[in-house]
Amino acid sequence: MAETLFVASGVEVAYGGKRRLNGERAGGVKVLYGVDLRIGRGETVGIVGESGSGKTTLGRAVMRLIDIDAGSIVFDGQDISRLPESQMRPLRRRMQMIFQDPMTSLNPRHTVRRILVEPLLFHRVAHDSAEAENRVRGFFDRVALPLACLDRTPHELSGGQRQRVGIARAALLEPDFVLADEIVSGLDVSTQAQALNLLKTLTRDLGLAMAFISHDLSVIRAVCDRVYVMKAGLVVEEGRCEDVFAAPKSLYTRLLIDAIPLPEIDPGWLDRDLAPEID
Amino acid sequence: MTDASASSFLAASGPSLASRRLRALLAEPKVIIGGGLILALIVIALFAPWIAPKNPLDQDLMLASLPPAGLAGAEPSYYFGTDDLGRDVLSRLIYGARIALIVAFVAASLAALAGTTLGLLAGWYRGWVDGLISRLVDIWMAFPPVLLSILLVAVLGAGVGSVIAAIAIIDWTRFCRVVRAETMAQAEADYVTAARAIGFPPFHILMREILPNVVPALLALVSLEMGIAVIVEAILSFVGLSVSSDTPTWGGMIAEGRQFIHQTWWVFAAPLAALFATVLAFNQLGDGLRRALDPVLRR
Amino acid sequence: MTAPILSILRLSAVSELGNAEPILRNVSLDLAPSETLGLVGESGAGKSTVAKALLGVLPRTITITQGEILFEGRDLRTLPRRETRAIFGDAITLVPQDPMTALNPSRRIEAQLTDGLRLRRGMNAREAHKRALELLAEVHIRDSERVLRAYPHQLSGGMRQRVLIAAAFALEPKIIVADEPTTALDVTVQKQILRLMRQMQEAHGTAVIFVTHDLGVVAQICDRVTLLFAGAVIESGATTDILSAPRHAYTRALIAAGPRYDRPDAGLKPVPEALVAELRLEVEGVGR
Repeated sequence: MAETLFVASGVEVAYGGKRRLNGERAGGVKVLYGVDLRIGRGETVGIVGESGSGKTTLGRAVMRLIDIDAGSIVFDGQDISRLPESQMRPLRRRMQMIFQDPMTSLNPRHTVRRILVEPLLFHRVAHDSAEAENRVRGFFDRVALPLACLDRTPHELSGGQRQRVGIARAALLEPDFVLADEIVSGLDVSTQAQALNLLKTLTRDLGLAMAFISHDLSVIRAVCDRVYVMKAGLVVEEGRCEDVFAAPKSLYTRLLIDAIPLPEIDPGWLDRDLAPEID
Repeated sequence: MTDASASSFLAASGPSLASRRLRALLAEPKVIIGGGLILALIVIALFAPWIAPKNPLDQDLMLASLPPAGLAGAEPSYYFGTDDLGRDVLSRLIYGARIALIVAFVAASLAALAGTTLGLLAGWYRGWVDGLISRLVDIWMAFPPVLLSILLVAVLGAGVGSVIAAIAIIDWTRFCRVVRAETMAQAEADYVTAARAIGFPPFHILMREILPNVVPALLALVSLEMGIAVIVEAILSFVGLSVSSDTPTWGGMIAEGRQFIHQTWWVFAAPLAALFATVLAFNQLGDGLRRALDPVLRR
Repeated sequence: MTAPILSILRLSAVSELGNAEPILRNVSLDLAPSETLGLVGESGAGKSTVAKALLGVLPRTITITQGEILFEGRDLRTLPRRETRAIFGDAITLVPQDPMTALNPSRRIEAQLTDGLRLRRGMNAREAHKRALELLAEVHIRDSERVLRAYPHQLSGGMRQRVLIAAAFALEPKIIVADEPTTALDVTVQKQILRLMRQMQEAHGTAVIFVTHDLGVVAQICDRVTLLFAGAVIESGATTDILSAPRHAYTRALIAAGPRYDRPDAGLKPVPEALVAELRLEVEGVGR
């Protein structure tokens, strides 16, 4: 068993354009220009960037939910860069995803029970519905969801509850890795704290590795061990959180950190400008 | 709502999803009115031999062209009067409902089945699959539907089966377009990405994730299609291309009644009214279903 | 302080949907001329409702049950339409939240920027065009002729927000209601926009009500703060006081719940359920 769960090297992704017969792409918009990423077992890695940085694309590329144009992705020692979907599917149980908007990432016509039980039966984590139901019920305590949720559909739950169903869905399959894509953006600060807490506890208890995508550096600091800072399709800095935040090497990282207003009066903050105006 | 209030709301155990959906359906007035009418029609059609006062085929020239009960010269037992061959209009109306409903349900279902299948495939796989199916739909829809149906029935020969086949063959495109568009929209949604991330294969995703979300639009369309099927059947029997002339159909009755519209207007008016009411009922039902089944709209 | 330019007194409102839930409970606040007041709270606290009431755009499903909104001494609730027309969208204007949807995608920027100038100030096309160029220069947009001719989708989010700020200041309003104007923007762009708003405000002497859920933003640009919960005012005062020595437990909990890039253990403490429940009871009593 490899110590490093994911090793991505030189990943390039472009959208649009036409595919030539030899598989190469012509034209289109490049989103990732050659990114290296490493995620160790049980480690929480943050991927931070503003809009257009390519962070969401990187997450989906690593999970092979989109195809990559160049580079390699190695999962637990196996090269999955160009694996056909039929061979990817059995591996998918080991890498799961939590989404930003649980309103759209949970099937509006399914009950919570169905949303959580079906994957368990499909991957044979549970061998019949009774066992699956038991597992789900047992898990509800961990995520502080009332059992009555099981019969509800997603829009009958509160926002915080929906988010926790999304987290439960990912964790119930007992994966090795979870991709959390902007999962707390748009949440109230209190609900956000609950979700982050839950995430930290779960990853520790279940030994999950996690890639946490966010535009918010403060949130990254709360949950991540290491961080990758992205800008325009490239990684501009990476390292352990305490190092990057204490002594950022890249100007862009310093810009990002400086732009965050802290809830303490700082008279010089507004006028402090680390770089000429960009627009 | 805050988590606290949501928890207390959910504390009491509730009814199942199916019964909640049913209740939501029945809360929509159009569903009750339209659905109720259709249900009544189905009962009438099913129990026609017991409900119809007379044999619809019995001719009695002594009792020809009687007006509806209540008007001068009427026979009390012939409630809607008789036609020029002495046949009871009401009984013919009741039996005519059978043909109308059989055609409506079977033709609409077949068209829906064909159209939905192709629509799902086109919407999910896109690429050349979509290209092929969309071109097919475009070409198909370029033909004038009524003329095409007349042509088909003329070729296939008269009979209920031919009428059903003609309608299904022509109208599947309507379903294909809607289902294709709906599938494309749903395929972009995060819950589909989630399903892919879980590892479900495409067939599972199409059938168990996307289709349930397409069903509301589909149901409304099926209901509308039933109304259309009834009209097409009436048109075909009006021009004598539907079932054999013995079996009473509303379109046939309209054709017969048209000749003597000034003397025996009831022979023309009764089937027309029945047609109108039935199509209206299907439309109302369809509209009501659309509103009741859309979880977003309801909130 | 000097006479406030705006006073909201005991404003209460209910929603007609569902169970007639109170949306605002006895909300009172004052706004001095040229000051920036932060209106903060979590979602559902009622801050958007207050903002909409100030702009005269409350949805029909919300009814104000009591209270006064005094603008320069006159109650906006009881003024006739003739007079409120010169206030809403004129003396009180809006910087909206989402620059992507706040601009009409089928009209050029110039048209949208000069609407107010031509309709409300009677400028002709040439005068309005000149003024529009000046406004764009004020918001640091360099290629102003090109921007005026452009359609919204041709501009970046930050540019669009600058245009919206220019539009808000165009009529020299006395009060600007900024409804979460930077929430949809990248954090680096947010800082530029906040700086711009501060500059514009100082140049024009406008008072600003800044609606936000972000206490960090409040700390940096608001002189005073009013904190709402479930439609009621929990705490109100100078930003320095509220943030450094919050009196109410809810305020303290809210500050502690926010993550901070300089503290690895921050951001993991939600507001305790017990506190929320207690607060809800307290707030429901306020309504009477």
